[in-house]
Amino acid sequence: MNPSGNRKLIIIGIFLVVGLAFLSRLFYIQIIDKSYKLSAENNFLHHVTQYPSRGMIYDRKGKLLVYNEPIYDLMVTPKLVKVIDTMEFCRLVGISKEEFDKKLRLAKKYSKDIPSPFEKQLSKETYGALMEKLDDFSGFFVQSRTVRRYAETIAAHLLGDIGDVDSSITKTNRYYKDGDYIGKSGIEYTYEPELRGKKGSKLMMVDVRGRQMGSYENGIYDTLAVKGENLTASLDADLQSYGEALMQNKIGGIAAIEPSTGEILAMVSAPSYDPNLLVGRERAKNYEILLTDKTRPLYNRALLSAYPPGSTFKIIMALIAQQEGVLGPETRYPCAGGYPPGGGKPACHHHPSPLDLALAISYSCNSYFSYVFKSVMDQKKFTSTEESFENWRKHVLSFGYGRKLGVDLPSELSGGVPTIEHYDKVFGEGHWRSSTILSLGIGQGEMGASPLKMANAMAIVANHGYYYIPHVIKAIGDKQFQFEKYTTKNYTTVSPEHFFTVIEGMYDAVESGTASASKIKDIEICGKTGTAENPGKSHSVFFGFAPKENPKIAIAVMVEHGGWGADWAAPIAILMIEKYLKGNISRPDIEKRMLDGVVLPAIK
Amino acid sequence: MRDSKGILQNIDWITVMLYVILVAMGWTCIYAAVYNEEHNKLFDFTQNHGKQMIWIGGSILIALFLLIIDGKFYSAFSYLIYGITLALLIVVLLVGRRVKGSQSWFEIGSFKLQPAEFAKFTTTLALAKFLSNQNIKLQETKTKLRAAIILLIPITLILAQNDTGSALVYFSFIFVLYREGLSGNYLLLGFAAIVIFILSLLVDKITLVIIFSSFAFIIFMLARKNKRNIISILAVLALVSGMIFSVDYVFNHVLQEHQRTRINVLLGKETDYKDKGWNVHQSMIAIGSGGFWGKGFLKGSQTQFDFVPKQSTDFIFCTVGEEFGFVGVFVVISLFMVLLGRIIFLAERQRSPYSRIYGYGIASILFFHMMVNIGMTIGLAPVIGIPLPFFTYGGSSLWSFTMMLFVFIKLDAYRLQILR
Repeated sequence: MNPSGNRKLIIIGIFLVVGLAFLSRLFYIQIIDKSYKLSAENNFLHHVTQYPSRGMIYDRKGKLLVYNEPIYDLMVTPKLVKVIDTMEFCRLVGISKEEFDKKLRLAKKYSKDIPSPFEKQLSKETYGALMEKLDDFSGFFVQSRTVRRYAETIAAHLLGDIGDVDSSITKTNRYYKDGDYIGKSGIEYTYEPELRGKKGSKLMMVDVRGRQMGSYENGIYDTLAVKGENLTASLDADLQSYGEALMQNKIGGIAAIEPSTGEILAMVSAPSYDPNLLVGRERAKNYEILLTDKTRPLYNRALLSAYPPGSTFKIIMALIAQQEGVLGPETRYPCAGGYPPGGGKPACHHHPSPLDLALAISYSCNSYFSYVFKSVMDQKKFTSTEESFENWRKHVLSFGYGRKLGVDLPSELSGGVPTIEHYDKVFGEGHWRSSTILSLGIGQGEMGASPLKMANAMAIVANHGYYYIPHVIKAIGDKQFQFEKYTTKNYTTVSPEHFFTVIEGMYDAVESGTASASKIKDIEICGKTGTAENPGKSHSVFFGFAPKENPKIAIAVMVEHGGWGADWAAPIAILMIEKYLKGNISRPDIEKRMLDGVVLPAIK
Repeated sequence: MRDSKGILQNIDWITVMLYVILVAMGWTCIYAAVYNEEHNKLFDFTQNHGKQMIWIGGSILIALFLLIIDGKFYSAFSYLIYGITLALLIVVLLVGRRVKGSQSWFEIGSFKLQPAEFAKFTTTLALAKFLSNQNIKLQETKTKLRAAIILLIPITLILAQNDTGSALVYFSFIFVLYREGLSGNYLLLGFAAIVIFILSLLVDKITLVIIFSSFAFIIFMLARKNKRNIISILAVLALVSGMIFSVDYVFNHVLQEHQRTRINVLLGKETDYKDKGWNVHQSMIAIGSGGFWGKGFLKGSQTQFDFVPKQSTDFIFCTVGEEFGFVGVFVVISLFMVLLGRIIFLAERQRSPYSRIYGYGIASILFFHMMVNIGMTIGLAPVIGIPLPFFTYGGSSLWSFTMMLFVFIKLDAYRLQILR
């Protein structure tokens, strides 16, 4: 072969080697390496979340309580941001240049490619102004969302609120993404899964500038958002509203339950707040204000507090003692102004003596129930104080005191019924007897219960010995609320026949006893006042139910530092009962006194 | 008269067909690259694909015109044409329009012309004319220098326009010179220089020198019988070491910032997906996601949603890779290979050295463009903005390549009339 022929072949050889090298490389990146396919999809396919509308909440009569209002979140994709006139942008959004930089930095930290909220919940005006010029600000877009609105400014604690989901939740629950809303308290928290519905997803194609170019493959990969369920709360909005009005300028709580179902009719915690405060852009600011308020408006006293039940506890004692066989309707004990007789402690007020059980309840005799407590504790069948105490405690717990009831609201507490261990610690093992802990018998000492627990105890009395776990939901969507947990009768340790005398005594208490000043015609109300001793002025307590026959409402009222039970708690409870059962008020004088009354101790 | 039978006499239809296929494919890809809902008409002359249609129409006229012109014309006027081009390259420096940092465009209304594109063609003519001179021997230093001057004048002028990519194309003439008798050592030297350049940037210099010294020692041990070898081995070693240590200087002081970045991106030393690396990164995603069959015409997400910049010009190959897959790139690369092979086959059958040298010239230029352009889109070559022949949108490059090819087709058709 001649030299030039060789050279021709070498040149062709070089051409071919390069051609083959390219084809090998192309074969590798096109067929073997799959990562480019993924990168291409990440480039142009964006999952756009379709947010479902959250379920609305109605009261038991179908009155709308909570609904949704559209708001607009300004979203940013940092990688695509190109803002020509930053000052103009800041002016439209209403932020400073520094805030702009800071927000963009935060968004970049989250992700450069994935959109995240830049400014949440724009006002309608801002939204409108911004939409006109959004084309000038590439990388930004507006996502429409909804916030909660409350038709009436009631039941803030019970309804609860929604807020940004915590990062602790987004880490463990894949449903939630940063920037989502989640129920934070109340019904919103408990029924989050029902209310939230199900997010949908839309696979959108975007171009290099992040502009949406239509749905991918005609939307075959899209899922529709499923609307949240509407809830019907067991709440009676009118009653709740009335309760909140009565409790204004007071501190305390009201709980009202329908005894035949366990449905919570009203749950008032005073002071309260407008639930609309915890919505929208001002949420964080308002939350801070409420959180630092010395009267603790965020604290749900009706559910979470542990007030000494005071004399109302005598009802429970009377029932336990009868069940134990140490007390009968005819049992009489003398009262000489206190126990032990002759100026002992607890002291007692002036009333006829001796009294039978019904009258002892009606007059709320401290001496009588000290005898009763001792008779329960000092039975011969027990070999030790511990044994008899444990027996007593078992009875008390069956009334729902000292343990969680299982209410469908978050953070319920067990409240206070002391334990053997507690007394062993305070007095030393074997160094305490029934007389040491005598004050338990009249609901003092270490006893503590929330208004809800007390209302539930009244439901038990109204039902002659059983209760349904109190709950706030009546229906989910179109379906009646049917959870076994809330439709099962929970029996106490006390047999039904023991309730008659107690109920008579409670009827007398309102008719002619401690609460007779507030009595009303036409409705037979059974109740019991309490004056719960505690540091400072006593708490005013009342619990009761009505009507006496076939009861419709069980209620407990607690007014902190209100003094005698008859002063505040009893009239408020009776007004509530009348409001619920009849709709109008026959004692406007009392109503006015209650509405205008101010019971605000100096807050330390 | 033999030449009276019409201009289509003796034309190599295989080359013409290859040209037509490549141009048609190129236009299809440009259409895909600019296609969107608003611009979906075939004859939309505001869009690149519509304009390219005009350029293609012009190319046909140019091709016919070139075929009509007498075969002797090119040889006779090679130097004149070359001279005119050089004049244009100078004029463009004075009155040209600056586009993306390069002073290389004439602008007359909306019509833009890039003389550097045509300089490749006319330089080939001049070089062929010079080397076909009967008294020329490439082994002589004087000849080498003259040939070098023919190349260096346009290179210098183009570099002055800050169009490094077009200037680099002239290195492809090394194949022509090699074919015409230049020592193969120059080819090796060129290859070695590239290898050493890359190695020096990747590997520690001292280590590199030690490695090369070890090689030299082994070669020396194998061939120690001949004493003269020692000297040449040492000379080569000294040269290599010198190169290794001068690479740093060249890289940091001769090259411009964007050139450094492009080389660093290519070598994987920088991964800047935002700025300089973006093009290549997106280009590789486009091609890599094409798979075997491709995503289908007008269905490439990278192409349709503008993820690859300059997609109808420098990165047109991405459209092939994405929408037509491995099958598409296989066909395109194969067509180029067949075209190059065909040109060399035709060149070798020429009676006149002028035609042969010219043939090798255009084969080399086409090869270099293809190598750098496709290599750049798949991350095997640095980002150098030179067009993919027949594919890339733009009148200057399409017309220039058309002229190159059809002058050769004419020369080939005319070959039988040349007396040896």
